[in-house]
Amino acid sequence: MKEKLYRAGDIFSRSVGLILFFILWEAAPRLGWVRSTYLAPPSRVFGALWLLALRGELARHALISLRRVMLGLLVSVAVGVVLGLFIGYFRRIDRILDLLFQAFRQMSAFALFPVFILLFGLGELSKTIIIFWASLWPVLLNTSSGVKNVDPVLIRSAKSMGASKAFIFINIIIPAAAPEIFTGIRLGGSYCVMAVVAAEMIGASSGLGYLVLYSEETFNVPEMYGGIVGLAILGIGLNWILHRAEKYFTSWKEV
Amino acid sequence: MAKIQARGVNREFQIRNTLGRKERLKVLEGFDLDINEGEFLSLLGPSGCGKSTFLSILAGLDKYDGGDILVDGRQLQERSFSRGIVFQSYALLPWRTVIKNLEVGLEIRHIPKHERRRTARQYLELVGLAAFENQYPHQLSGGMKQRIAIARVLAYQPDLLLMDEPFAALDAQTRENLQIELLRIWETDKKTIVFVTHSIDEAILMSDRVAFMSARPGHIKEIIEIDLPRPRTEDIRNSAEFAKIRKNLWGMLQDEVLKVQSYGGYL
Ligand SMILES: Nc1ncnc2c1ncn2[C@@H]1O[C@H](COP(=O)(O)OP(=O)(O)OP(=O)(O)O)[C@@H](O)[C@H]1O
Ligand SMILES: [Mg+2]
Repeated sequence: MKEKLYRAGDIFSRSVGLILFFILWEAAPRLGWVRSTYLAPPSRVFGALWLLALRGELARHALISLRRVMLGLLVSVAVGVVLGLFIGYFRRIDRILDLLFQAFRQMSAFALFPVFILLFGLGELSKTIIIFWASLWPVLLNTSSGVKNVDPVLIRSAKSMGASKAFIFINIIIPAAAPEIFTGIRLGGSYCVMAVVAAEMIGASSGLGYLVLYSEETFNVPEMYGGIVGLAILGIGLNWILHRAEKYFTSWKEV
Repeated sequence: MAKIQARGVNREFQIRNTLGRKERLKVLEGFDLDINEGEFLSLLGPSGCGKSTFLSILAGLDKYDGGDILVDGRQLQERSFSRGIVFQSYALLPWRTVIKNLEVGLEIRHIPKHERRRTARQYLELVGLAAFENQYPHQLSGGMKQRIAIARVLAYQPDLLLMDEPFAALDAQTRENLQIELLRIWETDKKTIVFVTHSIDEAILMSDRVAFMSARPGHIKEIIEIDLPRPRTEDIRNSAEFAKIRKNLWGMLQDEVLKVQSYGGYL
């Protein structure tokens, strides 16, 4: 009982900032600090969200955004982890590619979007590619750095007992690098959510990013903020899922 | 014939000196040593003289540039004999439970699962940590971790056991306990052990023979037989014979010690 109370108190104290923000947000347009045509108060935003949900549009847009994010992330995790393991393991390849990849990582996915559109058209393909690009580099570079940071004494210990290269790779290098790989995947996940917005604002007819832009163009301000809130929830949800997965696979760290 | 015969072993490393120029660093030069089957041999020497380097070579982790190392009369590289190292830093796998750590060597040997578990349990019991089977290494003290590391290497049942300052990171009390425990375990199955240490006392307590190395480039300067009776226990430290051997050794080593000033980290 006491513990439950304590937990409730903990959740409350952590939410204080959020609650204050919502109060401020509600007050600003109502008290005339900001013109309510530009800033709809949260009560109206959630009303608009509710209507969108009733019409089934919220689920449709959110699911489409989610699908794009998951597809892009899945491909970048598959490619990034495999390439990262490979590059981290072979130091010479890493030396050759390191500078190039650091440059790619710095190159904004948004700046490259027009290039992707030129090359792959306005359809789903270029949307997936921008999301893929945004999340690939953190996954890849964290994976390869995780492999490079494996404590050499672990490898030497196994090697002295006659372990094969394959055994060492699977039983030592991959689990030792796992925490850093997951850091990369979580970073990649949040980049995906940012990239999907950009992807859905150009040449799209669905998705939360589209909803935001379309509502702005039709002066449906509450719905626009509704879309923004939806994107925030999508980001938080994805991060939570990835965090769970990370905890599951690296549970030995805390137990 | 000695089990392992090192003859004129040389080892050089390419290093960059302070000016950034490439330079050759001779670490071992004319290193001769015989290691007998079933003996406990300690290797003592000033810091940087190449003790760990020699151990790495024996473990098959490093190569050498000249001379020969024969195992049962055949070249080291041609022989796939089994060996394991215990490091000062334990080298346990943090994502594996204690029992799964003990199974690593057995997995490498493709021992079937149920047998692996049985052997691992047996050696866990031997080091007195059966109750900690399902703990993770970070939940254990340094002394317990080193016990696990020793049990892991024993469970693998190597022909040669290499130990590189295994107790150097432990506090004095834990170190003494582990010394006696290792002796007890070794006296039951008499595995060949090469044991690197900085402590003359530790070397006398544990060893059949103590090999002293020179400063770099390292080679064996002197080998001393320790003919204290076995099984040895804690009390032997306080015996008159122990004191006599220690005094003799110090006398013998005085010159070398004065030269390098690095013996006796914890005497
Ligand atoms: N891979 C390497 N590359 C270059 N130099 C090395 C390498 N390994 C060891 N050395 C050098 O060889 C010398 C001997 O090293 P080693 O680790 O064998 O010494 P040690 O006798 O074990 O010393 P300590 O008692 O301090 O552990 C040192 O000067 C070290 O700098
Ligand atoms: Mg050393």
